[in-house]
Amino acid sequence: MNIEQIRNDFPILHQTLYGKPLVYLDNAATTQKPQCVIDTVRHYYEQDNSNIHRGVHTLSERATAAYEASRETIRAFFNAKSTKEVVFTRGATESINLIASSWGGANIGKGDEVLITHMEHHSNIVPWQMLCERTGAVLKVIPMNEAGELDMEAFASLLSERTKLLGVVHMSNALGTINPIEAMIKQAHAVGAKVLVDGAQAAAHVAVDVQALDVDFYVTSAHKMYGPTGVGVLIAKQSLLEDMPPYQGGGDMILMVTFEKTQYNDLPHKFEAGTPNIAGVIGFGEAIQYIQSIGLDKIAAREKVLLDYATTQAQAFEGLKQIGTAKNKACVLSFVLDGVHPHDLGTILDREAVAIRAGHHCAMPVMQFYKVPATARASFSIYNTEAEVDALFAALVKARDMFA
Amino acid sequence: MFSLGDLYQQVIIDHTKSPRNFGKLDPCSHDAEGYNPLCGDQLHVYLQINGQNMIEDIKFEGQGCSISTASASLMTEGLKGKSLEEFERLFAAFHAMATADLSEEPDQESLGKLAVLAGVKEFPSRIKCATLCWHTLKSAIEQAAQPARTE
Repeated sequence: MNIEQIRNDFPILHQTLYGKPLVYLDNAATTQKPQCVIDTVRHYYEQDNSNIHRGVHTLSERATAAYEASRETIRAFFNAKSTKEVVFTRGATESINLIASSWGGANIGKGDEVLITHMEHHSNIVPWQMLCERTGAVLKVIPMNEAGELDMEAFASLLSERTKLLGVVHMSNALGTINPIEAMIKQAHAVGAKVLVDGAQAAAHVAVDVQALDVDFYVTSAHKMYGPTGVGVLIAKQSLLEDMPPYQGGGDMILMVTFEKTQYNDLPHKFEAGTPNIAGVIGFGEAIQYIQSIGLDKIAAREKVLLDYATTQAQAFEGLKQIGTAKNKACVLSFVLDGVHPHDLGTILDREAVAIRAGHHCAMPVMQFYKVPATARASFSIYNTEAEVDALFAALVKARDMFA
Repeated sequence: MFSLGDLYQQVIIDHTKSPRNFGKLDPCSHDAEGYNPLCGDQLHVYLQINGQNMIEDIKFEGQGCSISTASASLMTEGLKGKSLEEFERLFAAFHAMATADLSEEPDQESLGKLAVLAGVKEFPSRIKCATLCWHTLKSAIEQAAQPARTE
C-alpha cells in the first residue's frame, strides 16, 4: 500500500498551519474527504441537481439513478439482502432515533428492558432513556473492565426474557475497543431480544456483513467513512421495517394521500420522508467505492500497524496514561497526561499543527468510569503516517515542558 | 498573531499549579456551581458577603483546564475584600476583554492582573474556559437556582 499515493487523494492534507504541515489526527470525529467524493458532489450540483423520485425530466432521472445507485453500493458493502433494507438518514444518530421512536414505540412497554453498554456514545444512550421515560421500560447497562472491554459474564446475566433490545457500539469512539458483536448478537437472540449495532466508528475500519452477523439493525454515518456530513444509513431486516410505523410523515414516504387516510410508500421510501440529502447520499456511495478500491482488509491491517507504532511510543512516554487498552481495538489512542489538562494539550498541539480531540467524546459515562473529566484523543486513518505519530509525540513533549 | 506564550503566560502557569483560594468556604453566604458541557469543566464558588455588600471571603474548587483554573484563581484574588459594585464593574471589563476585537488592547488600568488572560480571545474555543468562573460567581451572587453554564 502506497500511503503517499493515498495522501494525494486528500487535498485538505496538503496545507500548513502556523508554518507547519497539518497533522490531522481527529479521524474519529470525522475523516477527511478524498478528491473523488468532492468531485462527485460537485458534479451532482453542476450537472444533475434536481429532485428525485418525481420528476420526469432528464435531470431528475439522472439524480434518481445516482441516488439509487448509491443505495445499491451501500447494500453490497454491508451485504444487506435487498436495497429495501437500506434506509438513508441524516446520520447514525438519526438512525438510532428512528429505531427508538418507530420500532421502540411499537415494541417496548412498561417493565421491558433495553440493554446497552457502558461505552456507548450519547447517541445510543439518550434515545433509549427518552423511550424508557415515555414507556416505563427499564434501561440496563453492561459494565466494562479497566481495559475498556465489556464484562461478558455480566452481559450474560443481564440478559433475560424481559430484554427487548440490545444496543451495542461496534467500536468505541472514546476507547477504540472493538466489541465481540457476533457472540453478543447470538446471545441476545437466544432470549428473543433484537440487536442494534452502532457502527458509526467501526464501519470505516472493520468489515461488516449484516447477514452473516444476523444483526437486526446496523447504523452508521457517512462522514466517518470519507463521505459527506449530514448523511448516514440504517440497515435493518426487511420484516422488521415492514412492521414498523413510519418515523416521519411527509413527501416521498406516501403512495396515496387523502384527508381521510394515507397509504404509505414501499420500503425503504416509507422511512425517507421529505427531500433527502441527495448530494450527500451520492457522495456516500462514492466514499464507499473509494474504500472498496483500497480494500477494507488492507485498511485494517495498515491502521493496526500505525496504532501499534503509536501505542509503543505512548507506553514509553513519561506521565502518559492510556485510556482504553482493550486487546481488540483500532485506530484510537485516548490518554491523559500528568500535569496537563486535555484542553490545554489540544490548544498547544494545535499550534504545532497537530489536530486531536480533547473532551468527553460524547461518552461521559466512560469519563466517569475512569474518573477523568476529559481525555486527549488521537485517532488514525488510512492516510496517517509514522512521521505524523512522531510529530504528535514531539508536540506532547513541548506541552509537558510548558507545564513542567 | 498571538503565540502560545501569550495564552500560557508564566502567571497563568503559576496559578494553574498553585491556585489561590482553592477549597470550600464553610460557612458561606452564597455559592453556586458552574459547568462547561463542552469541556467537562466543573467549578464551585463560595462567597461570604457581609451586610455592607462586601465580599469578605471567596473560594473555589473544582476541576478544569489551566485557563479555567487560573482564571478562577485570579478572580478570587482580585475580588477578596471588594464590593459587589466592584464585582459588577470587573465582570463587565473581563467579559469585554475576553470577547474584544483582536486589535483591541486590554484595559490594563481597570483589569489589573486579570489582563494576563487577554490572550484567550485569539483562541475562540478557550474563551469559555476563562469566563466560566465569572458566570458562576454572578449566579452565586444573584442566587440563581440553576447552575451557571457557558452554553
